[in-house]
Amino acid sequence: MKVKKYTISVYSENNLGLLNKIATIFLKRHINIESLTVSSSEIEHVSRFIIVVEVTEEQVKKIIGQIEKQVEVIKAYYHTNEECIFLQSALFKIKSSLLFEERQIQNIIKNSNAQIVTVSPEFFVIEKSGRREEIDGLYNELAEYGIMQFVRSGRISVTKDEMKISELLKKQLN
Amino acid sequence: MDTITKSSEKVTNKKNVKITGAEAVVKSLLEEGVSLIYGYPGGAIMPVYDEFFKYEKQLHHVLTRHEQGAVHAAQGYARVSDKVGVAIATSGPGATNLVTGIADAQIDSTPLVCITGQVGSHLLGSDAFQETDIISISTPVTKWNYQITKAEEIPEVMAKAFYIAKSGRPGPVLIDITKDAQFGELEFEYKKCEKVRSYKPVPEMEPGKIEEAAVLINKAERPFIVWGQGLTLGKAEKEFQDFIEKAGIPSASTLLGLSALPSDHELHVGMVGMHGNYAPNKLTNECDVLIAVGMRFDDRVTGNLATYAKQAKIVHFEIDPAEVDKNVKTDVAVLGNVKETLSAILPLIEKKQHKEWMQKFSDLYDIEYNQVIDGQINVSGDGLTMAETMIALNKETKGDAVIVSDVGQHQMVASRYSKFNHGRSKVTSGGLGTMGFALPAAIGAKMGAPEREVVAIIGDGGFQMNIQELGTILQTRVPVKIIVLNNQFLGMVRQWQELFFDGRYASTEMVNPDFVKISEGYGIKARRVTERKELAEAISEMMASKESYFLEVVVEMEENVFPMIPTGSSVSDIRLK
Repeated sequence: MKVKKYTISVYSENNLGLLNKIATIFLKRHINIESLTVSSSEIEHVSRFIIVVEVTEEQVKKIIGQIEKQVEVIKAYYHTNEECIFLQSALFKIKSSLLFEERQIQNIIKNSNAQIVTVSPEFFVIEKSGRREEIDGLYNELAEYGIMQFVRSGRISVTKDEMKISELLKKQLN
Repeated sequence: MDTITKSSEKVTNKKNVKITGAEAVVKSLLEEGVSLIYGYPGGAIMPVYDEFFKYEKQLHHVLTRHEQGAVHAAQGYARVSDKVGVAIATSGPGATNLVTGIADAQIDSTPLVCITGQVGSHLLGSDAFQETDIISISTPVTKWNYQITKAEEIPEVMAKAFYIAKSGRPGPVLIDITKDAQFGELEFEYKKCEKVRSYKPVPEMEPGKIEEAAVLINKAERPFIVWGQGLTLGKAEKEFQDFIEKAGIPSASTLLGLSALPSDHELHVGMVGMHGNYAPNKLTNECDVLIAVGMRFDDRVTGNLATYAKQAKIVHFEIDPAEVDKNVKTDVAVLGNVKETLSAILPLIEKKQHKEWMQKFSDLYDIEYNQVIDGQINVSGDGLTMAETMIALNKETKGDAVIVSDVGQHQMVASRYSKFNHGRSKVTSGGLGTMGFALPAAIGAKMGAPEREVVAIIGDGGFQMNIQELGTILQTRVPVKIIVLNNQFLGMVRQWQELFFDGRYASTEMVNPDFVKISEGYGIKARRVTERKELAEAISEMMASKESYFLEVVVEMEENVFPMIPTGSSVSDIRLK
């Protein structure tokens, strides 16, 4: 079976220690997590994990089963790239002098739809949200001039299909 | 004034009257109907122990000699009594000593609530004296765990712990309570947990799947059932018997499924797995429909997955959705509690007999009997065998005893030869294979079913792994019977060394102490048997004893357990020698 990139979405209670429990499931099966983002979701007290892995479909199905076994997990799903809308964010810290000395940098920023977040006498910071390849592209272009710091977030994603978590919770409470 | 317990010395609690967190732990246990708890005290759990002293008439605490003994005793208690076993320990080493038993309970689906003390919350993460992060340590081996840092959390979390441990597919839960939470105060109000928002213990039964399964089963010419502990946990023994009798299907047990169907039932065709019976293993690869009921296709059952029942349609009755397609791809998965799903499928099942197919099992049993069993029970050599000991024990117990076995060759022999008339009669460490399990588990089993005879079958290796629990027997006078089958070897490893490592017995030969003297030192009546002529009489004497009894049977040093499926081989490649 073919290895593919899957985005796993986990809706869970917002409880201390759950991140550890979820991460352990991947560790136990020797599966590397490519990116992981945890945040609050559209439902109060419910957290949303977005986990990106490269595995076979059979593997991802089994992982979903194990994640859903966790008492605090409400529901877990997996999606291919085609089934969801996703992006990540990145920050680039660059020497301020380059902004004035290398005019090409201004073009790069403009063409990449990146935003300048802050400018100080020593450095300026660019923020770029988008697909991984777009951020990689910007990185490669800026790297030529020198990047003081670079950081990239995990993937965030919403699915094209409905997930119906609120309905599920209502049903569970009745 | 609210009455909290129904005991003679009433525990009462008035609203607005505060009690300590430690007292709330004890009251919560009483609310859950707990009357027996196994444990070992220490600094971080002392406030709770102080409450045990106060409540000793309602809640009996059994002081084991090691925390591992406590958790295995709680497992034995839970397995025979259908109640939640409770074990308690202090922080740090006390907590980590519980971990093996917790892992054992997790893989064997045993309902446990383990309570550990923890350093004060202001010291958490500071590497304080006897601090370990037991929540992180126990995460992969618990069904649920939680650290309590405030006294007010205790009633709700305790109620949740019992509900989660017992519901759906049972398992162990660990509650870690900081010392300040034990000293803290709260207004105690207890409400049993009946629901946890995110947790669905039993998946919904799908009528369509029941119908699909019935069609496959009715069409089958060579159907075969493998059942597991799910039958016992789901209390579905009767429904299962009705189902197999109507459908006329030969049925084999996994190691943990043993005793869910009486051993002498005409459709009981033995045990599957690495040291199971010849016929059910061999015919797994000839059946046309394989029906798995409350079992999880453990690798010791399936052997090589690439060749396991490839010719068969697979129907899986299972409560845990994560087990479906985990190891073996199923054609129809019937999710739900087997008690309900088997009841639902029964009216759809056609009454049948599969005489020719059953005859195949019978023919293969004859082969196994002639080549293996006969030689083990009708022994011509001088040395005693493990099998003849089990046959002699069967004659004495008549299949009515609870047999608790440890891990190794004796475990397989005890499982192959024990006779069972009643459910919840076989207790062993199946999934984790924990040596040292049986002695404390037998103590717990006897306390969980005091009206039944409980016999522990243990090897000389496993006996010494928790031998200190003889002290628990001394103190509690629990009348458990212990048979140590002594071959002066770590027998199963030695067998593998003989078969697969050219006979290089690396560190498997044991120089043992005088077990009889040790047992007598603990005040337990003890006897050693080395001659065949003494065996039956010694077992008879042991079973007649009203007190605990230790019997050492000195058996052949290099006896092997057959049949055997070598690791990685197909179930149908099972070897008879």
